[in-house]
Amino acid sequence: MLIKYVPVLFLLALSIFFAVFVVFLSHLLGPKRVHPVKAAPYECGMISLGPTHQAIPIKYYIIAMLFLVFDLEVVFLYPWAVVFRELGIFGFVEMMIFIFILLLGFIYVWRKGALEWE
Amino acid sequence: MIEYVWLIPLLPAVGFLFNGLIGRWYNLDKRVVSWVACSVLGLSFFFSILVFFSLLKLPPDARAAVPDKVLFDWIVSGGLKTVIGYKIDPLSIVMAMVVSGVSFFIHIYSVGYMHDDPGFTRYFAYLNLFVFMMLTLVLANNFLLMFVGWEGVGLCSYLLIGFWFERDAPANAGKKAFVVNRVGDFGFLLGMFLIFAHLGTLEFNEVFAKAHLLDPVTVTMITLLLFVGATGKSAQIPLYVWLPDAMEGPTPVSSLIHAATMVTSGVYMIARCHVIYSMAPVSMAVVAIFGAATAIYAASMGILQFDIKRVLAYSTISQLGYMFLAVGVGAFSAGIFHLMTHAFFKGLLFLGAGSVMHALSGELDMRKMGGLWKKTPITFWTFLMATLAIAGIPGFSGFFSKDEILWQAFSSPHGHLFLWLVGAVAAGMTAFYMFRLTFVTFLGQCRASEEVKKHIHESPPIMTVPLIILAVLSVIGGYVGIPHVLGGRNYFHEFLAPVLGGLPEGAGHASLSLIKSAYAAGAVEEIGSVNWEIILMVVSVVIALIGISIALYLYILKPDVPKRLAQRFRTLYTIVFNKYYVDEIYEACFVSSAKKIGTFFWREFDDGVVDRSVNLVAGLMLWWGRVLRKIQTGYVQGYALGILLGAVVVIIFLIK
Amino acid sequence: MEIFKIQFSAADLKVIAPELVLTIFALFVLILSVFVRRQSRGPLGYTALVGVVIAFFSLFLGIGKEIKAFNGMVTMDPFCLFFKVMFLIVAFLTILASLGYTKREGIDLGEYYVLVLFATVGMMLMASGVNLLIIFLGLEVMSISIYVLAGIMRDDTRSVEAAFKYFLLGAFASAFLLYGIALTYASTGTLDLAGIGEVLTRQAWISSLPIVIIGLALLIIGFGFKIALVPFHMWTPDVYEGAPTSITAFMATGVKAAGFAAFVRVFFYALPNLQAYWTQIMWILAVATMTVGNIIALSQTNIKRMLAYSSIAHAGYIMVAFVAGNELGKSSILFYLLAYVFMNIGAFTVVILLGKKGEENTQLADYAGVGFKHPLLAASMSIFMLSLAGVPPMAGFMAKFYVFSAAVKARYYWLAVIGVLNSAVAAYYYLRVLIYMYFREPERELAVGAFSPSAVLAVIISVWGVLQIGILPSTFLALAQRSVQFLL
Repeated sequence: MLIKYVPVLFLLALSIFFAVFVVFLSHLLGPKRVHPVKAAPYECGMISLGPTHQAIPIKYYIIAMLFLVFDLEVVFLYPWAVVFRELGIFGFVEMMIFIFILLLGFIYVWRKGALEWE
Repeated sequence: MIEYVWLIPLLPAVGFLFNGLIGRWYNLDKRVVSWVACSVLGLSFFFSILVFFSLLKLPPDARAAVPDKVLFDWIVSGGLKTVIGYKIDPLSIVMAMVVSGVSFFIHIYSVGYMHDDPGFTRYFAYLNLFVFMMLTLVLANNFLLMFVGWEGVGLCSYLLIGFWFERDAPANAGKKAFVVNRVGDFGFLLGMFLIFAHLGTLEFNEVFAKAHLLDPVTVTMITLLLFVGATGKSAQIPLYVWLPDAMEGPTPVSSLIHAATMVTSGVYMIARCHVIYSMAPVSMAVVAIFGAATAIYAASMGILQFDIKRVLAYSTISQLGYMFLAVGVGAFSAGIFHLMTHAFFKGLLFLGAGSVMHALSGELDMRKMGGLWKKTPITFWTFLMATLAIAGIPGFSGFFSKDEILWQAFSSPHGHLFLWLVGAVAAGMTAFYMFRLTFVTFLGQCRASEEVKKHIHESPPIMTVPLIILAVLSVIGGYVGIPHVLGGRNYFHEFLAPVLGGLPEGAGHASLSLIKSAYAAGAVEEIGSVNWEIILMVVSVVIALIGISIALYLYILKPDVPKRLAQRFRTLYTIVFNKYYVDEIYEACFVSSAKKIGTFFWREFDDGVVDRSVNLVAGLMLWWGRVLRKIQTGYVQGYALGILLGAVVVIIFLIK
Repeated sequence: MEIFKIQFSAADLKVIAPELVLTIFALFVLILSVFVRRQSRGPLGYTALVGVVIAFFSLFLGIGKEIKAFNGMVTMDPFCLFFKVMFLIVAFLTILASLGYTKREGIDLGEYYVLVLFATVGMMLMASGVNLLIIFLGLEVMSISIYVLAGIMRDDTRSVEAAFKYFLLGAFASAFLLYGIALTYASTGTLDLAGIGEVLTRQAWISSLPIVIIGLALLIIGFGFKIALVPFHMWTPDVYEGAPTSITAFMATGVKAAGFAAFVRVFFYALPNLQAYWTQIMWILAVATMTVGNIIALSQTNIKRMLAYSSIAHAGYIMVAFVAGNELGKSSILFYLLAYVFMNIGAFTVVILLGKKGEENTQLADYAGVGFKHPLLAASMSIFMLSLAGVPPMAGFMAKFYVFSAAVKARYYWLAVIGVLNSAVAAYYYLRVLIYMYFREPERELAVGAFSPSAVLAVIISVWGVLQIGILPSTFLALAQRSVQFLL
């Protein structure tokens, strides 16, 4: 039973080895020339003004999460569409219920004002 | 009539519900409350007597075989089946009569004693609840129901010790009693678990029928664990510490709970379990030794006390020690006999002390009493009856019961000469301190303040009538058990014999052989058993009389004592003039050696070792709590680390 | 290409009828909440309450079938029936206790009730799932709802802190659980509990593989977090103290019971062959949990925190029965949880009733003199405290009695001794509440608003439950025994 997982183990070992090997190799081969400009956050372009650790408005997070939810809905719709005929009316009803529940969620966030920017 | 046994415990429960709910809620009149509280008890007592007489009508052998009165199934599950059921046999009915009877009189007394207390209704509600629990304890037909009563009386004791919770001392005393009792309960519980684990039942009849299946080690374990429970409830070494503090409660409570009934439940429990105890000689010896040790140890402390209730408290511990000595040497019915007579005379002593307090505006210090006998004659005479009884003066109830215990300690196959000796010395000490108490309180001149003196009066009839009834019982209560050697029939033992078996007929083999070896070989033939019983009886009476004489000498004939003392310590003048010095001189000189021992036990051992170790354990737990809570830093990364470390430990443990 | 047929029948739906009812009601309340005005939010809680009652009756649709539905994912057996009824009681009492409380604290949002209902659905799935994934799904549905509920008092920093801590650590622990599930799947090739049990029985050699043992350890850790076993307990006091009191009650009873439901189901149903491995570690966890919980509880002065540690200790007592693992042990787990539901929700509801907006009054000193100001409430609290301490004739005594006798029966004498000693220690801090209520002078006037009638009803039901179970335990134990029959 466990023998099936040997390739996984093998892959794991190989990838670890490869990663370490490449880092080591570049350390070995790469030229090292230290310069203050290289240590700056942006080697080319503007030097940033003021602190960079600024809080991003919470609205972004809410929009991002909502996007994720409905994006996944779309992702789910694709495979359903592919096998739509095989699933028949049963699959259709199932998907309608799923979309209906999401619709309720949509109504909720709308009414709550989560989609308003100001 | 036997069918109605369930009414005996139920009636006080009704009284409790009535007074506790309706009485408190609607602030009912005191008369209604006291009538309800007393009448349910009276009825309960009445039914106990009825059941007793119907039991008496049966032939002796049938008395122990009356089927249990099962009300309904309580806990049924797989192997465990427990019922709410009552056991009707001579033992339980004797206990029921003692409990309901003494409670009844003390209830009546309380009506007078508590009359002006704002917590009147609450008091009677608790008191009724207590009687309900106590009757449940003695009538239960299985260990679990007995345990319910056992815990229930503990709860009531806690509530009633802390009755005047406005002050710190009673509240703390209540807590102490509860906590110490829990330690004992732990043993009781484990013993119960063991019984169930090995026999699969908790019903008395079944347990005792199957007891022969147990191996000796298990029996010893079970009986010792149950005895741990008994030491807690019945205030034996090492768990007696709560009882002196329990005196913070109202005096009738001390009388009912901490003298007459609850504290004797350990003795009852062992008598009830005599079948398994008889199978465990080691446990029997432990019980007897602890009983004898407690008897003398508590008596030695009683000598030093000035608080009249505390003298009585130590005396109670000591007398309970006698009962354990009795059951420990296999004289179960003798233990129950002493339990009964003790309930009468010790209940009476406490009620008398309450009456004294009533007269002296709540004074407890006997140094501030004296000369009360003229002003409170009923209290004095009844108190004297009880004192004579506890001192073991022939003709009074205590004589018969105590003497039987001493005789059994000597003669039973489980007995030993040494046990007898300890018991006899303790008896002498008992006689001494009880008469010291009586003399100092009632005789001599009154040492109370003028203010108090003006108010000294005899208690109202509602308090004195119970005193008289109990005094009568203290005198005649022993006549149901006059030993054969004095030409009596010993009805008490005859009645209990179907349950507890007869008294051991060992005729003192162990003790006698000790004496025989001391005697010349020629004298052996003359040492007959009966002779010895009489001889020992005389010896114990003489010891008691010596104790009384010392008390008499020191307290009544005191002008002689200070004179001789004066030459050694102080001027004659000062001592004669300051009568109050007598006690101090007596303390400083006469009993200095006894006091050293007594003080050592009291201060160093009782307070220092026993109390402190209890406090130490509690303190240690609290300290650990404070240390461990430091781990709880509030930092979430610390918690995650905790989980991680726990995970590592679990994984390592599992794959090791 | 073969298409996996998604098929199920009406019979399948009957099995999860209560879950469906609760979900529908939750969605309904959710939508309702955004359409009603702020002032008229009152009916939302009652709607949720109606949902719970209907869900209870919908249980009858699935009774007696004892079938597995949805391709063997969920089941309807006496075991899950017992727990579903328990969760519905928990939800019912929690909502009753919340109705006045949420209004007082300004959290009478529709979301509050919605999340309570969703959490209940999650608990039910944990009890009825016979597939590790369904159990995990239920656990997450429950947990996420609770994370939000713990922090629903958004203006109260401690509530937010509680939610945040619970969420972070909960996610951490879920990872352990999921990894444990993964390893179990990897070694047995199935997620079905019966299937796992079968594989382990048929191919006994698998049982000793390290991968299985590590999977077992991870499952213990994952479940151990949810039921707050020491050393996975540290979140408990902070979260219980910070969360709204009604939610604390919900967590202490519902979440714990659900955790135990899944724990028992997985370990006695799928992994009984590994009992030799897990007994010993469970023994240690049980002792550590009881002792640490009780000892730290001794020095607490905040009643919510004290009850939090007490809930840890109680999980330890239940673990004693778990270790015993015999018939009485398994049924006493169920019995204990049921008794615990009543006494704990009752105690927390009293705490709710004695607070008011801005003054939670959760310090022990606040309870001084309550015995005379609110005699009936104090009497109820005394009943709950005595029950938690294990004094007869309360439910808590019988629960402890069964648990310890199970341990003695299984010959774990020391475990029983430690358990009994622990309950002796515990008596101290439970009785302290009584002492404060009856024997201490209040330092300040305790100002309490009008009692919410529904919360009073919750207290009455709890008192009834505690006494009913304590005085006549046989019916309940018989039920519990019937419920664990399949595990034997």
